[in-house]
Formats: sequence, C-alpha cells, structure tokens
Amino acid sequence: MEHGRADAVHAVEASGVGKVFAGRSGEVVALTDVDLTVRAGEFVSLIGPSGCGKSTLLRLIADLDGASSGALTVFGKPAHQARLDQDYGIAFQQAGLLPWRTVAENIALPLELHRVGKEQRRARVAELAELVHLGDFVDRHPDQLSGGMQQRVAIARALAASPKLLLMDEPFGALDEMTREYLQSELTRIAAETGAAVVFVTHSIPEAVFLSDRVVVMSPRPGRITDIVEMPFAGERDEALRESPAYFERVTAVREALHGAPVERANER
Amino acid sequence: MSAVTAGARDGWLRVAAPVAVGVLGLLLWFLVVDVLEAAPRMLPSPIAIAEELVLRSGIIAEDMAVTATNALLGLGVGAVAALVLAGLAMASRPVDGMLAPIVAAIAVVPIVAVTPILNTMFGASSQFGRVAVAALAAFVPIFVNVLRGLRQTRPVHRDLLRASAATGWQRFRVLTLPTALPYLTTGLRIAGSLAVISALVAEYFGGPADGIGTAIATYAKSGRASLAWAYVAGGIAIGLVFFLVTALLERLATRRSPQ
Ligand SMILES: Nc1ncnc2c1ncn2[C@@H]1O[C@H](COP(=O)(O)OP(=O)(O)OP(=O)(O)O)[C@@H](O)[C@H]1O
Ligand SMILES: [Mg+2]
Repeated sequence: MEHGRADAVHAVEASGVGKVFAGRSGEVVALTDVDLTVRAGEFVSLIGPSGCGKSTLLRLIADLDGASSGALTVFGKPAHQARLDQDYGIAFQQAGLLPWRTVAENIALPLELHRVGKEQRRARVAELAELVHLGDFVDRHPDQLSGGMQQRVAIARALAASPKLLLMDEPFGALDEMTREYLQSELTRIAAETGAAVVFVTHSIPEAVFLSDRVVVMSPRPGRITDIVEMPFAGERDEALRESPAYFERVTAVREALHGAPVERANER
Repeated sequence: MSAVTAGARDGWLRVAAPVAVGVLGLLLWFLVVDVLEAAPRMLPSPIAIAEELVLRSGIIAEDMAVTATNALLGLGVGAVAALVLAGLAMASRPVDGMLAPIVAAIAVVPIVAVTPILNTMFGASSQFGRVAVAALAAFVPIFVNVLRGLRQTRPVHRDLLRASAATGWQRFRVLTLPTALPYLTTGLRIAGSLAVISALVAEYFGGPADGIGTAIATYAKSGRASLAWAYVAGGIAIGLVFFLVTALLERLATRRSPQ
C-alpha cells in the first residue's frame, strides 16, 4: 500500500555497499556491490547459504559495523544518524535479555536509555506486553520463561521505541516448528499493526515466503544479492496460506533462485 | 515423590553431617583430656574453655569488636580501592598495564611479612597498620575478580546497547556493572576471610594491646591455655560471620547471572 507514495522516504537504501573484514589470515570479502531498497512498511527477507553475508548486511544497516564501500541510508539519513535517532529496533538470534531484569524492565530498556518518563514507560510496556501476549509475565525474570517467550520479549523490546524499521537476524532460528509458526503469525500481525518495515534474516524458505513482500536471495564468496523474488500475499497471511498452491509455487520459486537453476518436482514429496 | 523425599533427606544430611562430626570431635576431645587425662600441654578440656568463654565473655567481646572492626575497615578500603582501580584498568589499557605488575607484586609478597614494619611505622597506639594489612590482603582477590567480571559482557548485549544508542556511562551502569556484580561478590567472599586472618595475625606483631590476636599471643605465652583457646573461639566466630555474610551476598548476586 506504500507503493502509491512515490515521494515517501525509503526505510533502507543501499547502493554499491560492500564490506571487507581484515582478518589475521588476510581479507574476507563479506559483501560486494549490494543494491537494495526497502520501502516504508515493507517486509523484506534475506535468505542464502551460511556465510553469504546476511548478518553482515543487517549489521551494516544497524550501524553495528561500518560499510567499507558504497552508500547506505536509513530513512534518508546515514545509518549512524538513524541509530542515534532510534529509527530502528533490532532482535537477534539469541533473545539477549538482561537476566537480572524482569520482563517489564527488559522491554523498557530502550525507553529508559532515552530518558522516557516513568509513567509513559509503564504504559508503553503494558501495551507491548499485551501485543506479544505476555501480559501476565511482566514481573518474571527471563530464566523463568521458555525460549519462545524470551524471543517475544526481545521482539517487544525491539518495538519499544515505536521504530518504523525492525531488523531481525534469525529471531526464530532456535525454536521448534510449532512455536515458530505461531511467532510468524504474530510477527505478521505486529508488522501490520505497527506499519513498520522489516528486514528479516532467515534460513527457512517457507518462513521467508510466508512473511515477506519480497525475498532477497543471496550467495556467498563473495557475499552478494543474486535475485529478488516478489510475494503476492499481502493481506492474506493466515494459516490457509501455508497450504495453498500459490504459496508452494512461491516456495519453489525461491528454492530455484537459491540453487540458481530450476529444481525438479520440488513440491511433490 | 521419591525425588521430594530424597531432596529433603539431602537437605537434612547437609546440616546433620557436619554437626555429627563436630559432636564426635568434641566427645573425642573430652575423652582424651578429661577421662584419659592424656592431653598434651596447652590443650585444656573443652569444658574449661567454655567456662572461660562464659566468665570472660565481656572482655572477649570487646577484643572481638576491635579485631572485627579492623577486618571490616580493611575489607571496605580494599574493596573500594579494588573497584576504582579495576574500573580504571578496564577503561584504559595503559592503566591496566601499569597496575598489573603492582597487583602481581602485592599478590606474591606475603602481607604478613610487612606487618611489623607497618605497625612500627604507624606507632604502638594506632590500629592503622592492622587495617592497612587487612586492606592489602583484601584488595588482591577483589581486584582480580572484578576486573575479570567487567570483561564478561556478552557480544549480543553490547550490540543491543549500541543499537539503542546508549552512552558510555549508560552501558557501564546498565550492562557492565551488573555483569560484574557476581564476580565482585565472589571476590568479597574470598577477601572477607583473608581480611579477618590478616587483621588478627597483624596483632601478633605489635600495635595497641587489644584485639583477639594480641590476647591469644599473651595468654599462650603466660600458659593460660583455656583463656587462649577461648579467644581462638572468638576469632573463629568472627571468621564465620564474615564468611556467612559474604557467601550470602554472593548467592544473592549469582541468582540471576548470565549462564
Ligand atoms: N567480525 C568478522 N570478522 C571477520 N570476518 C567476518 C566477521 N563477521 C563475518 N565475517 C565473515 O563474513 C562472511 C559473512 O558472514 P555473515 O555472518 O554475514 O554470514 P551469514 O550469511 O549471516 O551466515 P549464517 O547464515 O551462518 O549466519 C563470512 O565469511 C564470515 O566469516
Ligand atoms: Mg548470520
């Protein structure tokens, strides 16, 4: 629905972005010549074999590392400025909760760091806890939660400052299939409710197809974007979609893009 | 069900076993000294010691207060110095480089060896030498543990704070310090016992004529074995209190530490 606003600022705009790590045993080219635009409110997944630079790209957008070459802007600003302005929220593969803080205190962390008043903080935390269905657990500590619940806390924390961009690096990677599908549906709902753009790293083709407006396919040595596959499922991401032929057709399309050639009878197993 | 009873039995055993050993020891001691009358010199009956403890409880408590205060002050001063210096060492590589050999030197020099000098330095009427010895002894384990603790922050937590645009001070307060807290309490537990031992032993080498150590030395020399042992019991009590309090602190702090 953002397509009509031609003048809208893009959430992420990368052109010719490269990253070289200088290691002891020489240089590692983690990314070369990445061109990628993520529109406001758009859900984009990054998929590709291990070592193709998915995490690296995400960390560049988050300004956790600096790009070696190219131009990278987040909402029209340099990534560094966007980080200081709290324009994005981030969730990692590990939930990364602070074990000595309660669920509420973990969710409130970004707000606390930006000196949001106590009352406002409390209201926002209550709201977010409801959003991720953890309203009854705000006073627990992370060690009293399951992995899936911890991951939901991490997502609530990422959403705390109401960012217009959500960066997620395999946030469901360590979870069982049931929890995973549940959280995927939750994320779809949350992304729709908040209108945030999402850049989502995953190893799972079905997950990428289910969640995304576009799936960015990457390939290693050197890390680069090889294909971008459009998903036509806006507004119909429910359980029925997981069983529909159109969905399997897209799964096959992404698989073929990943393997660089048509995969025969991919969904006839 | 059986797990519950097994757990209860384990808990019961944990208390009963050492108590049984203690009672057995006392019985054996009583048997050797009072029944067989085969005691070596200076080993009085446990009953005689208990009598002295009750009879002299006032003066023993006063001396215990002196030694315990010295140990506590030393522990406090040592802990504050260790915290500040560990913080500086973490913040700046050059400071770390300068402190490392000093700490190593303090760690290898037996503190007791310099006690007579310190006592003479600060005069026969000052507790300062004793406090200084306790502080030096307490400093090393706290410094070493805190410095290690300050370096234990996890990469995912550091990324998180950077992504939240936290300032250096915020990162220290929200992440570095809480991460180091269990290490601080471990250091305190080790240092607590060291501070008591050091403060007590320091009294053997001069200074004012008070404190548990001074009394033990005096009464041992003059052959009043029961009284000397009663004071030893007082020293044990101080050590126990220090250990229990610091061990409790450590337990509280490690309850929610990252795995
Ligand atoms: N800090 C670093 N120092 C040196 N090399 C690095 C660093 N981070 C990543 N690399 C290298 O960059 C390349 C891309 O790594 P990256 O972590 O982005 O891959 P990835 O696509 O996220 O892989 P995975 O799916 O396994 O998470 C790899 O070859 C990796 O070895
Ligand atoms: Mg990765």
